[in-house]
Amino acid sequence: MYSKGLKPLAVATVASLAAAMALVFFYAPLDADQGFVQKIFYVHVPLAIVALGGFVAGGVMAVRHLRSGDPSWDVRSYVAIHLSIILGVGVLATGSIWAKASWGHWWLWDEPVLVSFLVVFLLYCVYYPLRFSIEDPERQARYSSVFAITAGAFVPLNFAAVRLAQEFTHPRVLDQTGGSLPGEMRLTFLVSLLAMALLFVTLWKLELTAKHAAMQLKKLRRRLDARVAA
Amino acid sequence: MIVAARAILRKDLLIELRTKESVPAMTLFTLTVYVLFHFGLDRDSLDGELASGVLWVTLLLAAVIGVSRLFAAEREQGGIEGLLLAPVDRTALFVAKAASLFVMLVMVELVALPAFGLLLLGPGLGGALPELVAILALANLGVAAVGALVAALAAETRARELIVPLLLLPLLVPLLIACAQASEPFLRQDQGPEDLGRWLGLLTLYDVVFVLLSVAVFDYLLED
Repeated sequence: MYSKGLKPLAVATVASLAAAMALVFFYAPLDADQGFVQKIFYVHVPLAIVALGGFVAGGVMAVRHLRSGDPSWDVRSYVAIHLSIILGVGVLATGSIWAKASWGHWWLWDEPVLVSFLVVFLLYCVYYPLRFSIEDPERQARYSSVFAITAGAFVPLNFAAVRLAQEFTHPRVLDQTGGSLPGEMRLTFLVSLLAMALLFVTLWKLELTAKHAAMQLKKLRRRLDARVAA
Repeated sequence: MIVAARAILRKDLLIELRTKESVPAMTLFTLTVYVLFHFGLDRDSLDGELASGVLWVTLLLAAVIGVSRLFAAEREQGGIEGLLLAPVDRTALFVAKAASLFVMLVMVELVALPAFGLLLLGPGLGGALPELVAILALANLGVAAVGALVAALAAETRARELIVPLLLLPLLVPLLIACAQASEPFLRQDQGPEDLGRWLGLLTLYDVVFVLLSVAVFDYLLED
């Protein structure tokens, strides 16, 4: 049921990833003051946007689960959050590398996006201990959904708060990275973002398919055992 | 709903009054943390940003204790079944639990704030008390809403003691930012320019978001 359209999606992902890499290395101009290092931007920022989008999407799916009581929405939400956490590790690692290369420090507390992301990441890491310390499957799904909704709403609030705290001393820090990109850089960035989003959806579908197959297999095994026993 | 909430709140406060478990423990904890900060920072008196940070981190850590004990009586004595069987709205339960947490926080702060002024604060508390009380009231409301939600989320898990601080503290980061920034000018030697309106606005936004969110999702917790 989840594997529908997985193959063309995978092909599109590979194509757009290849196109993004080609654009990054052969088309996008070198940044005037950061040079080659700035190319990590095309990995780091799409990664961060997709991860945050995944967190929020996990919250939306959790709402659908609580509304409908259909446990498959909980699985969808779980897989989205799970993948976003994995991407989150990538965001923090690439962000740290970029900070070291361009500012000379592995970590900068006055970079609001990085700091907010760390807080969000730390919060979402609690999803695993929370989810897996509840045994009853129905209750596990319900509590995980409540967490996903709360944390999903927390994401924008936290970004606003951290941004406010920084603005106090560093006004308009975001404009340097996101606001005014020249055309070639913007195209490369958009293709990278698309590729990353497609990668996320492909992995999400793949993981759901695998989970679904494992569940079906377990069900069939149980039926076989029952039959043998009879 | 209000009747039910008031009844649960009364029960909680009565239990707290009789057993004297959470509030004295939280108060004692804040004093201990002040001593720790004194030695950890090696400072006899603090002011400005440092004072604000120490005060708020201490209060929020004390709140963690209160939150992890919030459903303790129900859990240990099995009262939770009684509450769940009673034909009352879950929202009433949330309101009661948040209110009892709010009251506990106020009681802790009644000791912790003067103690902070006495033990660590350089400039003295007198001049800015109304502003600090306003910040504390908004902060307590936010902590109460988030705390009741987190306590209910963690109540059914195996690793409760682990989940509560891990879940609560990141959720409180925006609140900590607003509170620490808002109260910082009032804890300075020479009270500098303040930006109270913006931080109180952020605190209010935080409170509104989490009160509404908690009311919305609380129905799905503590079911069965």
